[in-house]
Amino acid sequence: MEPRIGVFVCHCGTNIAGVVDVRRVAEAAAAWPDVVYATEYKFMCSDPGQGMVKDAIVKHNLTRVVVAACSPRMHEPTFRKACAMAGLNPYLFEMANIREHCSWVHEDKEAATLKAIDIVRTSVAKARLLEPLQARVVSVTPKVLVVGGGVAGIQAALDIANAGTKVVLVERSQSIGGHMAQLDKTFPTLDCSACILTPKMVQVAQHPNIDLMTWSEVESVEGFVGNFKVKIRRKARYVDEATCTSCGVCLEKCPKKVPSEFDEGMMTRKSIFRSFPQAVPGKPVIDKESCTYFKNGKCKICEIFCEPKAIRWDDEDRVVEESVGAIIVATGMGLIDPHGLGQWGYGRFPNVLTGLEFERLNNATGPTGGRITCKDGSTPKSVAILHCVGSRDRNHKEYCSRVCCMYALKFAHLIKEKTHATVYNFYIDMRCFGKGYEEFYNRLLHEGVKFIRGKAAYVTNQALTDEETGHLVVSAESTTLGQVLRVPVDMVILASAVAPQKDAEAVARLFGMGRSPDGFFMEKHPKLEPFSTATDGVYLAGSCQSPKDIPDTVAHGAAAASTAMSLISRGTVEVEAAVAEVLTDSCSGCKICQDVCPYGALSFHADTRVAEINGSVCKGCGTCVATCPSGAIVGRHFNDRQILAQIDAAFLW
Amino acid sequence: MIEVPEMIAESGGTTLDLCYQCGTCSGTCPWNLVRDFRVRDILTRAQLGLEGYEGEDLWMCATCNACVDRCPQGVEIVDLVRTIRMLIAETGAAPKTLRAVLGSVQSNGNPWSGDAEARMGWAQGQPVRLFDGTPEYAFFTCCTQAYDPRNAKVIRATAKVLDAGGVSYGFVGGGEWCCGDAVRKTGAETGFGRLAAHNIGVLNDLGVRRLLVPSPHCLNTFKKEYPDLGGKWEVTHVVELLRDLVRGGRLALKNAVPAKAVYHDPCYLGRNNGVYDAPRDVLHAVPGLELMEFARTREEAVCCGGGGGRLWMEAPVEERFAVLKLREAVAMGADTVVTACPYCISMFEDAKTALGLDQVRVADVVEIVAEALQAH
Repeated sequence: MEPRIGVFVCHCGTNIAGVVDVRRVAEAAAAWPDVVYATEYKFMCSDPGQGMVKDAIVKHNLTRVVVAACSPRMHEPTFRKACAMAGLNPYLFEMANIREHCSWVHEDKEAATLKAIDIVRTSVAKARLLEPLQARVVSVTPKVLVVGGGVAGIQAALDIANAGTKVVLVERSQSIGGHMAQLDKTFPTLDCSACILTPKMVQVAQHPNIDLMTWSEVESVEGFVGNFKVKIRRKARYVDEATCTSCGVCLEKCPKKVPSEFDEGMMTRKSIFRSFPQAVPGKPVIDKESCTYFKNGKCKICEIFCEPKAIRWDDEDRVVEESVGAIIVATGMGLIDPHGLGQWGYGRFPNVLTGLEFERLNNATGPTGGRITCKDGSTPKSVAILHCVGSRDRNHKEYCSRVCCMYALKFAHLIKEKTHATVYNFYIDMRCFGKGYEEFYNRLLHEGVKFIRGKAAYVTNQALTDEETGHLVVSAESTTLGQVLRVPVDMVILASAVAPQKDAEAVARLFGMGRSPDGFFMEKHPKLEPFSTATDGVYLAGSCQSPKDIPDTVAHGAAAASTAMSLISRGTVEVEAAVAEVLTDSCSGCKICQDVCPYGALSFHADTRVAEINGSVCKGCGTCVATCPSGAIVGRHFNDRQILAQIDAAFLW
Repeated sequence: MIEVPEMIAESGGTTLDLCYQCGTCSGTCPWNLVRDFRVRDILTRAQLGLEGYEGEDLWMCATCNACVDRCPQGVEIVDLVRTIRMLIAETGAAPKTLRAVLGSVQSNGNPWSGDAEARMGWAQGQPVRLFDGTPEYAFFTCCTQAYDPRNAKVIRATAKVLDAGGVSYGFVGGGEWCCGDAVRKTGAETGFGRLAAHNIGVLNDLGVRRLLVPSPHCLNTFKKEYPDLGGKWEVTHVVELLRDLVRGGRLALKNAVPAKAVYHDPCYLGRNNGVYDAPRDVLHAVPGLELMEFARTREEAVCCGGGGGRLWMEAPVEERFAVLKLREAVAMGADTVVTACPYCISMFEDAKTALGLDQVRVADVVEIVAEALQAH
């Protein structure tokens, strides 16, 4: 039976119709063999547009559907569903991309229209040869892995656990809490960070549905949506968690001090340590790298003083395996290395601090107990806060770090409140976009904080006048005044740029994610799916996707949780049918396909001596199809006949 | 009447469009250590197509590149300044002192009103090897070393050191003209083109492959501006070669040169071409010499004030960068300022005279090395 093809050309508002003459495309299509119906419409993806497809399938007895619109990445699922609802196998649908591949990249309307006609003709040629396929349905393991225990991971883990689903929360450091635990106050409400975060941390630890693994790292990920197998390295703690009572005596007695990561190196911790007093879990671990006993076989002071006898010198790393249905990556952000920011004096002048260092200085649990002081213990009489240090700067990070304007305002308020110092903010643009943010800016204006519209060019201790002698001097142009100012201050705080974590590349590979040009993890869609990745079942939460403040991070964590839960609650997932298939009679067992498959979907069957494909893992990329020297692998939905027909339609007509 | 503002806006290209008025350029510019000078004004006017470039401000830029290095938007500010100067100069508004310099370049091939035939006069009749195509390096003499008596000492020292190191080289020998760096930076684009065409012809006719230059300004021009015009050679600054000689043990630096020396980074060697370590490595190898650093050094170094045609323009003593730097050197206890650029040597010698600081020595790295060489 000859196929009966329907062609639907979308205007996409003016996105396509502004450049391509869509009516001409539809008219051209109507004249091709086997095309029994062709039309155009403003928005094919809308309800009326989908209705047109469904109606036409029934009315014209269509056996193939071609929609000429946007990228199949955008709306292929939409139209497949519409076809299925009208009783047509969804794999008898073909999409022609005349937006990204045509109207968006061309200005010449006539040429673009001719190209659009070419594109649609190739799709029609392929559509003639499409074969019905059946998507496989697989079950979903009702458990979620959350990677990273900052506030994004905490929020995601709690939401999922509260929905009744099991969660494994893996955190690399000793405690959950992330950057938020390092903060004193939060903008714009000035509520205490610890007071709102630590109760959530405790909830995590006590939740019956959450298996908390700190001091642990994900080592490998295998499988596919709904059915991941994850190996987690649980680093040796050398402290038995069941026996330890968190009394803290070992922390006092351990003689070895090392810089505290939590305190940005401004304080020390011991070799047996918890990140901070309110850490969750509260039971310490021994950091083998610095421990005296592990270095030279002597010490064991912690063991001597440990009353419940919880020290275990023979503890070893363990690798545990977990089966999960979904993964939420919440690995957070890092900061730009301030040592690369020479002109602002970091590392040269002791009273030049990064934002996070100031957070610790200002924190009640920090090195000064929350007193804002210069390195010599004196109270600063004037402080400069330099915005956009390394952000919005092609020499460093091109993007806006998004949190600095607001924390700079917060710092200014806290400095004023605690020291009455004169505070200068050197800024390019004040970006106070969130709820209550502009109001907070206004409050700071009322408080008499000085705002200088100009980026600080450099910080020096070379005085030109008596007034500058003994101070740090910030050089900047007040661009509103049109005058270069030299402002002497006692302390300089650098609002240094937020950056992707240093190991972002390795983490992206581990979970099969991409990275955007800024280095952060790539979302599936920047607007509609900022919490999904290109890998089904792997989701993003928080600032590993882009710089975020706390409200946005929490919202992102909750969004990732709800998306993961919609998969878990459904219980099953359809696996794409357009994957590769081995023709076992032709396979010679050479195993080349195994080497080239980027997803590990191919294996060699020892008994039958031929290649085998795990259809759930295969993404249908076609690498093995093209590589197989025997032509023994077929790409379903992209087979040789279909693709050659497309090529013929492009060039031989 | 040409539409000057529009031409400027066009010449600034796409990088000018990116300026978001943060003022980093103004805040970075060393002029503001001594007087008011807002680089950003030039950019703003160019972006908006406004008039108002007349007056001395336009000629103040010493093209030190500090603002370009720090610009968060990558605006090529020095190129823009050069273009505006070119357009203004076409209306005859260039400063008087510059006109004399450009006149000498036109008639003598050098900015010092020196006879073209006297270019090898620095050798004082001593025999020197001329480049005939066989040596590894052709040595391109800088006009300032050829005609300025103070800098002539540097080139004589250079010849001595290169001979001691067994370097295979020969002098281009007097046929060369000014490289044209300062000429181009003052906006005399036609004059620059004439110089470049002449030099490229001379050097290519000689069969030069590797060029050795004593001035960072020659280095920058040959490396970055001549290739587009047909002059493509491997270009090395003397101090880079010295470092290789010292590392390779080909120079016996045995004589102590007792000095508390501070090294001044020439803008065209450091910021513009990334050569920071070579001169320091050489100085560290000199016995008896203690090397100090200015507070703002390497990428942060403050210009001597002599680039972009400023060498030939007057500034009050208190507004000279070299004066500031010399005072800083004295304050830190240095007795010698060492550098590796003829312009810097001139600017520091002038500052020394202006301040009457007879006890301070201004020297090129090459001169220090020459002193440290074991007597043969």
